[in-house]
Amino acid sequence: MKKFALAGNPNCGKTTLFNLLTGSTAYVGNWPGVTVDKREGTYKRGEEPVKIVDLPGIYSLSPYTPEEVISRNFILDEKPDCVINIVDATNLERNLYLTTQLMEIDVPVIIALNMMDAVEKAGDRIDAKELEKKIGLPVVQISALKNTGIKELMDRAIKISDEPREGKTVLHDSPLAHLVRDVSIALKGAKVEAPLFHAVKLAEMDEIEVKMHPELVSMVDAFKATFKDDTFGSDLEAVVADARYKYISANYSTAYERRKRGEVLTKSDKADKILTHKIWGIPIFLVILFAIFHLTFSEDLFFIGAMSGGRLPTLFGAVEEGGLGLEENAWTTLLACFYDGAVFSPGVMITNLWTWCLDWVGELLGLATANAPLWVGSFVGDGIWGGLSAVLGFLPQILVLFLFFSILEDSGYMARVAFILDRIFRRFGLSGRAFMPMIMGFGCSLPAMINTRTLADDNERTATIRVIPMFSCGAKLPILTAIAGGIVQYFGVGNADLITYGMYLVGIVTAIVCVILMRSTTMRGEVPPFIMELPAYHLPLFKGLMIHLWDKTKHFVKKAFTIIFASTIVIWFLSSFSWNWKFLLQDAQELFESDPVLYASLEGVEGLVNMHMENSILGSIGMLIQPLFTPLGFGSQLGKAGWVFAVAALTGLVAKENVIATFGTLAASVAGAYIATDEGIAEAVAMISATGITIPALISFIAFNMVTIPCFAACATAKSELPKGKFSWTLLFWLVTSYIVGTVIYLVGSWWWTVFIVLAVIAAAVLGLVLWNRKHPVALSAEESEEALLEEAAVAEEEK
Amino acid sequence: MTKLLNEFSVGERGVIKTVSGEGKIRRRLFDMGVTPGAEVLLRKKAPLGDPLELTIRGYELTLRKTEAACVLMEVKE
Repeated sequence: MKKFALAGNPNCGKTTLFNLLTGSTAYVGNWPGVTVDKREGTYKRGEEPVKIVDLPGIYSLSPYTPEEVISRNFILDEKPDCVINIVDATNLERNLYLTTQLMEIDVPVIIALNMMDAVEKAGDRIDAKELEKKIGLPVVQISALKNTGIKELMDRAIKISDEPREGKTVLHDSPLAHLVRDVSIALKGAKVEAPLFHAVKLAEMDEIEVKMHPELVSMVDAFKATFKDDTFGSDLEAVVADARYKYISANYSTAYERRKRGEVLTKSDKADKILTHKIWGIPIFLVILFAIFHLTFSEDLFFIGAMSGGRLPTLFGAVEEGGLGLEENAWTTLLACFYDGAVFSPGVMITNLWTWCLDWVGELLGLATANAPLWVGSFVGDGIWGGLSAVLGFLPQILVLFLFFSILEDSGYMARVAFILDRIFRRFGLSGRAFMPMIMGFGCSLPAMINTRTLADDNERTATIRVIPMFSCGAKLPILTAIAGGIVQYFGVGNADLITYGMYLVGIVTAIVCVILMRSTTMRGEVPPFIMELPAYHLPLFKGLMIHLWDKTKHFVKKAFTIIFASTIVIWFLSSFSWNWKFLLQDAQELFESDPVLYASLEGVEGLVNMHMENSILGSIGMLIQPLFTPLGFGSQLGKAGWVFAVAALTGLVAKENVIATFGTLAASVAGAYIATDEGIAEAVAMISATGITIPALISFIAFNMVTIPCFAACATAKSELPKGKFSWTLLFWLVTSYIVGTVIYLVGSWWWTVFIVLAVIAAAVLGLVLWNRKHPVALSAEESEEALLEEAAVAEEEK
Repeated sequence: MTKLLNEFSVGERGVIKTVSGEGKIRRRLFDMGVTPGAEVLLRKKAPLGDPLELTIRGYELTLRKTEAACVLMEVKE
């Protein structure tokens, strides 16, 4: 099968064309070694099927970003039969810059002149024939949006793919022509493929080329020594870039007919005037952000319930208490997915419906295993399904959140957000683009971590992924509300909302401190550059958005059924068996049957199991690691019952809302009563009274759970998104950070004067860091030192 | 009259004279069309004063003041 590659600038409509060509055959993989999406598919509407590979969006074939290196290596090594170069006709000049580089490689290239409809609408005209003649490559006018010209494009591409093409350069008029010719002849002699491309890149002193052909560097150096341009001196890289643009402006101006017009503001310009306004820009952004979270997570859409002052009736509440007193059946339960005392947001509605389906499956599973041995039912119901549904339950809200962010991304607004916020983020050694992934972390760490792919710099990505869990996600909120509620109820101090907000703040501050620390220790280096195109605003395509979401769903479900699946089974096993391989539920059942009257007060078998949770393997692990938490306030000082906090933190690894669920089940074990309430406050209170834990220790427990290793789903995502070898360090980083944060909170909360010790330690650490950094300035990067060496060599030669 | 791009005020136009700066950043500037001879209009500054938004070669480009300081401009009246 023939293989075509799609190459083009970002925002040139490449993805739209790819979706159009491949339809349902498309699938997303990863380019080896890097986290850049690799999209492949098959075009079937021609005489023969053709494999289409979508190269990442690039501006050039420079060696600096992973996207550029991937595209370059693919075209050079995998030798596609044809390269389809998509060119945004509304932005011809910059788009053709990549074309002038592609045409230097010995591969058939065809130009797809996209967005012709937009050009015509503006009243301009492009003479494709003229352009074809000037550039020397076939040019086809298309509109990926309106699906025109696609057949012609593919027919011509298939035709030219049979004719081998020799690379051509636009440098034939430039002062470098001789050098390029000589080097390419030398390369040809050495049987190098695509000699012209390599020759031009060598003249630019391209890092990769210099490493590949060190023997030819002297040729370039010798030329450099004699060459002196009026504007550029001996800066060959600038000469090449300049020659390309000169060639483009000379040739496209005759093909591009611009309608005479004054400075007219386009719709996009008008939108931009408001959205990046000097004063209103930031407030508008905050409102958009709030709206997204409100529509995804709020249980009171547009605050209708709150504004009615509680006059809207609940569905199942008694009539005298302002309810409708409905009976629970299939229809009313369905209704309750959308409304119960307040209208839910779309995100919550979909989640409710989804949870309803999941519950139904769970019930079916329960029926199916009713006659099986006890441990089988528990394995299927609690082990497999319990874990899976806990993770799958998040899917709707993740997708809704992702949908909103995809809309922002595709419409071009996301680039403006980076533009607005860059100033703030630069202080922490990040760029404005790091903001979106971080703020998404408040919803769910998974889409947030995936979204770090928009960050260009590896260090920036790693730092961002590491602090994302500190932006407390939706699943951590139950921990906050339950324990904060417990504190207020049991100790009668403080305000639950204030504690909750305070904890969010602790997370944010920790994240900022961590980023600054990382950027000044393990990840030192320049702040990544911020040179970015601001694409014109346009309405996102529905089809494109859906393809986007479908990819994410596949990604998430795959994770849920592999790593998360395995780990939930492990947790189930550890919590249901004792060290002598006894199944605890079986034990409880037998105990219950021996004296039903005596044990009836303990809510039956379930209560009994929970009472004996301490016999389980997980319980004994909890007891074993309990002393480790002593500095955080919930370790050995709590005595025998304190292990529940350790176990709760462990089960939080599956999904964070398990922390409070575990409290519910373990309350029976330590407090002697089986409790389960909606908010988990009663469980928390039972825990507090049974263990005698103090307020600072409770706060430290919340903080520890917020900052520490996130759930398995997030860990799995972090592992696949982080550069190789960084994941185990990241786990350690999470553990150490949460341990320190918890300890500081407990110490300062319990003995206020320890604040001086903490401050002294921090001051000493900062001083040490500053001194060390001053002694060891950031080393020159490899490329810079290489350049310095080359310059020295050139100077030495001149002296000779 | 020449001055650096980061000293431009909003609405000012000019033609690029030279581009300096460290290898990676300079290469990126070249690739985005910031080469000598290109016409530049400083369209706006971000709400916090930095980064800048330019119109160059028919499209909108944003860069920070530190990167704009690599670009020497010939001011157009």
